[in-house]
Amino acid sequence: MKPEDLASLADKQRAINAACKHRIGVCTESGCVSSQSDQIAAKFNELVKSRGLQKDVRVVGVGCMGLCGNGPMVKIDDGAPMYQNVTPEHCAAILDGLDSPLGNPQLRHLLCDLNQPFFRRQKLVVRSNSGLIDPEDINDCIAHGAYESLLKVLTELSPTDVINQITLSGLRGRGGAGFPTGLKWSTVAKAGGPSKFVICNGDEGDPGAFMDRSVMEGDPHRVIEGMAIAAYAVGADHGVIYVRAEYPLAVKRLTRAINQAMRHELLGNSLFGTRFNFNIEIRLGAGAFVCGEETALIASVEGNRGVPRPRPPYPANSGLYGCPTLINNVETYATIAPIIREGAAWFAAIGTAKSKGTKIFALTGAVQNTGLIEVPMGISLRDIVFDLGGGVPAGRTFKAIQTGGPSGGCICGQNLDIPLDYESLAAIGSIMGSGGMIVMDDTSNMVDVARFFMEFCMSESCGKCVPCRVGTWQIHHLLDRIYKGHGAPEDLVLLKELCEMVKATSLCGLGQSAPNPVLSTLRNFESDYLALIEKGRADREAALSGPHDSGTTVPLEVIS
Amino acid sequence: MNGGKHATAESITLTIDQNAISCRNGLSVLEAAREHGIDIPTLCWLEGLTLWGGCRLCMVEIEGSPRLFAACATQCTEGMVIHTQSPRLHRYRRTIVEMLLAERNHVCSVCVSNGHCELQAMAQRLGVDHVHLPYRFPRLSVDNSHDFFRLDHNRCILCTRCVRVCAEIEGAHTKDVKGRGIQAAIIHDLDQPWVESQTCTSCGKCVNVCPTGALTHRGTAIGEMIKKHEFLPYLKLMREVHQ
Amino acid sequence: MTAPLNKPKVATVWLDGCSGCHMSFLDLDERLVTLASLVDIVYSPVVDPKEFPQHVDLTLVEGAVSSEEDFHKANLIRRCSSVVIAFGDCSVTANVPGMRNTWEPRALLDAAYVEKATSPAEAANRKARIPLKVVPPLRAQAVPLHEVIPVDVFIPGCPPPADAIWQVLTELLAGKTPDICAVTRFGR
Repeated sequence: MKPEDLASLADKQRAINAACKHRIGVCTESGCVSSQSDQIAAKFNELVKSRGLQKDVRVVGVGCMGLCGNGPMVKIDDGAPMYQNVTPEHCAAILDGLDSPLGNPQLRHLLCDLNQPFFRRQKLVVRSNSGLIDPEDINDCIAHGAYESLLKVLTELSPTDVINQITLSGLRGRGGAGFPTGLKWSTVAKAGGPSKFVICNGDEGDPGAFMDRSVMEGDPHRVIEGMAIAAYAVGADHGVIYVRAEYPLAVKRLTRAINQAMRHELLGNSLFGTRFNFNIEIRLGAGAFVCGEETALIASVEGNRGVPRPRPPYPANSGLYGCPTLINNVETYATIAPIIREGAAWFAAIGTAKSKGTKIFALTGAVQNTGLIEVPMGISLRDIVFDLGGGVPAGRTFKAIQTGGPSGGCICGQNLDIPLDYESLAAIGSIMGSGGMIVMDDTSNMVDVARFFMEFCMSESCGKCVPCRVGTWQIHHLLDRIYKGHGAPEDLVLLKELCEMVKATSLCGLGQSAPNPVLSTLRNFESDYLALIEKGRADREAALSGPHDSGTTVPLEVIS
Repeated sequence: MNGGKHATAESITLTIDQNAISCRNGLSVLEAAREHGIDIPTLCWLEGLTLWGGCRLCMVEIEGSPRLFAACATQCTEGMVIHTQSPRLHRYRRTIVEMLLAERNHVCSVCVSNGHCELQAMAQRLGVDHVHLPYRFPRLSVDNSHDFFRLDHNRCILCTRCVRVCAEIEGAHTKDVKGRGIQAAIIHDLDQPWVESQTCTSCGKCVNVCPTGALTHRGTAIGEMIKKHEFLPYLKLMREVHQ
Repeated sequence: MTAPLNKPKVATVWLDGCSGCHMSFLDLDERLVTLASLVDIVYSPVVDPKEFPQHVDLTLVEGAVSSEEDFHKANLIRRCSSVVIAFGDCSVTANVPGMRNTWEPRALLDAAYVEKATSPAEAANRKARIPLKVVPPLRAQAVPLHEVIPVDVFIPGCPPPADAIWQVLTELLAGKTPDICAVTRFGR
């Protein structure tokens, strides 16, 4: 593709889009598809055909609109009205109300209030096109600005300029640890070697988190564009997207997007007539959480067992096949194009002093509104839970919010007002993580919560290092014992001792952070632990003083 | 080769446990310490095999960082100040050994490696007189199929020395690890009985590098299995010379 | 030699073990005479009393906690002893008795008593073959002593050598903390 072709292609597609009077966007991401949104799209198509509206109405499968808990979602034209909880039976009525800007009054109960805090308080940077564009149609994406940033980078900026822009923007890795992206890029750019790689980490595995899946499904070209810009900046010519096989739709959309980009010569050799070559291949992960760890991911891409190795050397110097390798998370790459388009200063103006920009969270659990939110850094957890999330269900009280998945911590009500940024979360024993956010009410027992996350870490431990392999089992065993009422007060001492040891000695981030849910619940909700231990003690005492005293504290093995 | 006395541009100086030492550039903290008679505990590292970094026994403190570092995986740098002994390190090391003893069924008294076992010796060295963690008592198998050797999963600590020696020195790569976490286990080829392995050359290197009684010669009785892995550095050196 | 007036009371107990640790204890040989002058052995498989005394200063416990009887004894010992010593690998690690722990007790007893029956008729009479009356019921697992009661001192070894026993006992009696790992280890 020649530089001027991109704009003309975009104009052409915009004209096509404009020629159509109405556009019905049906969410076709995994969440809504699981509640039969594909049937809704089929029904719309069928009705449009039978009513002869093909010229005026286009039915488009689009990405996530955020409010996943109320799916399937249907969006008319470029925003309003938006319907929620749609079934195929509603399609005819929605079509009837197409010409009314407020939607069909008969479907008032399905109309989604776009003025509610859930939408109003979001700031869409990464997800700005999600829900608007058809992720399976590259032309539609180009009409909405895809690859403009890549064109700008390749034709106007030097690799150093790009890295400077990213550094100035203050962007930090969205995979969890928050390493400054610009610094990472410059390290890889400085590393020598005939060949370099960029890898996109799409091995999102935290329970309750689906931000990256949504980005890959809803706007795959943005990820590809971000990777291409990164490759140009660091001097790589080959990219790998590592995505879990459990995300078949994301794999399908990415594969399609890569093929379309290659056909449009937006991937391949001599992009936009420059000397920059870039190809991307997809590698599927077989569902190991540990493969989200960069060295394990690289081992997996190489075809080896997905286990981490000690660092240094860091992948930036010796990564895939021993070559300098840039690894960033899906969301990080998806943030690149907007930064290039709008400028580093624009991005740096969003967020807090040390945490810039926006972050996507998967808000789930005991809140009214569950789904994906993209909010500026620095927003308070209270705002997220009670404003965007609409608070806990009626009749219950807020207990905790868990951020960062199995590596994160449980935050109690007292800390709800801290600003959401990397440092503040770390200070209260949690982490930003990749963006899972689980709200819990008074019906949740925090020992059970800690046990759940520890069970996850135990079964996801690769088994390479002893503290993680055996330590997670021992910690889980202790939690299980306490939860089932067989615990003793001394167990809490042992629990803390083990957690501290596993944290300090494990080989990779999985083990180093696995104790966080336990430590944070011990700190903030010790009463839950003590109550279970006390209840178990009382139960045992009652059993001993009962009429049928067996004289033992554990069940007898009856032999007969 | 002797970097101790004549420091050159190739050598660096550092402090390990208050001893100022000088060593060749490129050595790991573990190797540098060993060269100077400071024995940092380890069970997975073995001279002549590639780095694994799994047992975490060799964790040391380096001044200037609150983190701990695995001595086997940390390169010496100029001016580094390292502490290999501290109450905290000692506590962690003991816990690691206890974790290993509780993980599988290490019944020392009826083990052919009794008295010649690195895990047993490590427990004694670190003062582990009992295991304060609950024992798992898992049900594990013994691969008794091979004519000469035996793999007893009950006594395996997953250090992967056998996997590495088989792949790196013998070049057969018969052994590998299956499963993950607490379920991980050593396998032959495609998880077949050892005798059915198409790739095993029956060289016995795996048996000799195994630190415990997991890999043994058949026909040995309690305490009779004595292993020798001095061959490793020589083989590695000869290979390097030929290349 | 004049014996102290209030000699410390020492007991030794044999739970689920092979008595090898007691044999090793007897291997103290001539030192037994010295020991007798230092302490009173108030309860042991090798002395007469049948009841565990109300108060013992120091109790050596051989064997894992394997049956209901072991369990009750262990608790009794803890109640009546100032210092409890896990004596030997079975008591410290469950050792050989613990090798049954991967089996359900029922399957274990079947393997030992029924499947090894010499004739099908014998095997058919399961109840008659499995001793239920004279043997205390097995607990689900044979566990180290310290998983049942708090233990003060651990002497690993299968068995711990007589020298190790001597060293630990004399140091304890002298009010010192013995360095166990200097004199014995698991397995031995």
